[in-house]
Amino acid sequence: MDTFIQQLINGLTLGCVYAVVALGYTMVYGIIQLINFAHGEVVMIGAMVAFSVITALAGSGMPPVFIVLLATLAAIPVCMAVGYTMERVAYRPLRTAPRLAPLITAIGISIILQHVALMIWSRNNLSFPQIIELKSYHLGSSETSATITNIQIAIIVASIAMMIALLMLIYKTRMGIAMRATSQNPQVAGLMGININTVISMTFMIGAALGAIAGVMVGSYYGIANYTMGFMLGLKAFSAAVLGGIGNLGGAVLGGLLIGLIEALGAGYMGDITNVCFLNGFLPGFANMCDTNPNGSLFGSNYKDVYAFIVLILVLVFRPSGLLGERVGDRA
Amino acid sequence: MSLLKLEQVHVGYGGIKAVKGIDLEVNAGELVTLIGANGAGKTTTLKAIVGLLKPSEGRVMYDGNNIVGQPSHAIAAKGLVLVPEGRGVFPSLTIEENLQMGAYIRNDRDGIAADIEHKFSLFPRLKERAKQTAGTLSGGEQQMLAISRALMAKPKLLLLDEPSMGLAPIMVQKIFEVVRDVSKSGVTILLIEQNARLALQISQRGYVMDGGLITLAGESADLLSNPKVREAYLGEG
Ligand SMILES: Nc1ncnc2c1ncn2[C@@H]1O[C@H](COP(=O)(O)OP(=O)(O)OP(=O)(O)O)[C@@H](O)[C@H]1O
Ligand SMILES: [Mg+2]
Repeated sequence: MDTFIQQLINGLTLGCVYAVVALGYTMVYGIIQLINFAHGEVVMIGAMVAFSVITALAGSGMPPVFIVLLATLAAIPVCMAVGYTMERVAYRPLRTAPRLAPLITAIGISIILQHVALMIWSRNNLSFPQIIELKSYHLGSSETSATITNIQIAIIVASIAMMIALLMLIYKTRMGIAMRATSQNPQVAGLMGININTVISMTFMIGAALGAIAGVMVGSYYGIANYTMGFMLGLKAFSAAVLGGIGNLGGAVLGGLLIGLIEALGAGYMGDITNVCFLNGFLPGFANMCDTNPNGSLFGSNYKDVYAFIVLILVLVFRPSGLLGERVGDRA
Repeated sequence: MSLLKLEQVHVGYGGIKAVKGIDLEVNAGELVTLIGANGAGKTTTLKAIVGLLKPSEGRVMYDGNNIVGQPSHAIAAKGLVLVPEGRGVFPSLTIEENLQMGAYIRNDRDGIAADIEHKFSLFPRLKERAKQTAGTLSGGEQQMLAISRALMAKPKLLLLDEPSMGLAPIMVQKIFEVVRDVSKSGVTILLIEQNARLALQISQRGYVMDGGLITLAGESADLLSNPKVREAYLGEG
């Protein structure tokens, strides 16, 4: 039971990060039906900028929380500029082009951003200075009960706050209503005096700002950043957006949380479930493996990256519209 | 004084010419109608006026300026507002949000709120369903919403593309009453209609379009009694 709760907490933390990233995918898709595969790289750049700021200020004697805040405040405008630029330079000229063109362009942008990051921050794994002292809190009375760390709490609270802020923006403000209007009918939105180019730029920048914060969160959670980190993270968040129903904000949150939980529980339990050594007595062929490692299993926690994609494939086969989404055919 | 003046406007789709050099004028305060059969080029003309299509030749003079080449949001901001064919309400926005989007070019919060209340008083049906999505409205109700939404912009010139299309006769009557009332309230209107009789009855002047050209123009009363119009557009032999 303790392990289970522990995996739930880890999964929830991870899920919050995926959800925040998935919101970036789903907002852009909702408004121009583009899957912006370069969004993962925006998250990576957010993490990298935060790394630079935290490293530079680590010895300065400023309060650690303040340093992380500054790092976030530096990452947000950088990522917003990246998001704005990629839309303006790469996607806008292709807005009326066949859909394959912007999709391939997105992959191109993603490779370009990786290599820009490679040139600036090197190909090494960058370790974040541990400026915030990690504190664990037990959730039960016993010593073996599940724990939650201060960083996990911060990630969950910050994510929820961002999601609420985003929903308020989209559902309560004039700009938010204009965004939804543009996603439903850009021509008519233009007839109302809405500059749809501005609305689309705003959408990219808001998605990128969320991505920047997600980057800071992943960086401080794992304590490590690398110029390729956006790829896997981006794909998982994209799977989350598809699971929830791409284009649907609530779906992105639900999908993100589910992917996080599935990944954590999968990593935690798949090893036990696929432990085949009990077959040793009945079937030949396992002896070697089980002699070296009696707990040997077919799929251990090193397979954790696989679950998001299994989910993605299952969703695409059985429910392409996602859990909360409309039929994709209606939009295409 | 003319508020809108088309001068030898040509519009095409790729190689296909849909509007082949038309002149058309709407004076401030007028209600002018443009009638014509299916495919005559009426919608194409309106799209060219509001910047959704770019004329290949000719000028669109609005308030003394040539607005050809300006983006549609900039044209809307000048008070030239189109209610498109098929209404174009935002189906997943609520009725209230649709009205708010109509007022997007305005910045007077209080005025906007008061205007929404005013539209609600004209169309109680919209008030009852203010918080529901516009996609759930009937066709006639959607048309009321589309017109109300356009009026939220306080337009100087309102373009209406077949507002009575696909509606039951009683609803058609109601829509024409609304159009006449809006005109009386001082809004200049260019009304596109297939329902030629009603359109000519409420308007001051009319144009007849056929095959991308203006074939007849004049006082609506004269057009109503013109034998060619009676035969081709009023279903009389
Ligand atoms: N997107 C398009 N591509 C190519 N041709 C088009 C397009 N839209 C309209 N046309 C053609 O242009 C001509 C004029 O069409 P338009 O829609 O302006 O007519 P209309 O007078 O509005 O007709 P209706 O009363 O049926 O609405 C028609 O021959 C039509 O087939
Ligand atoms: Mg038409």
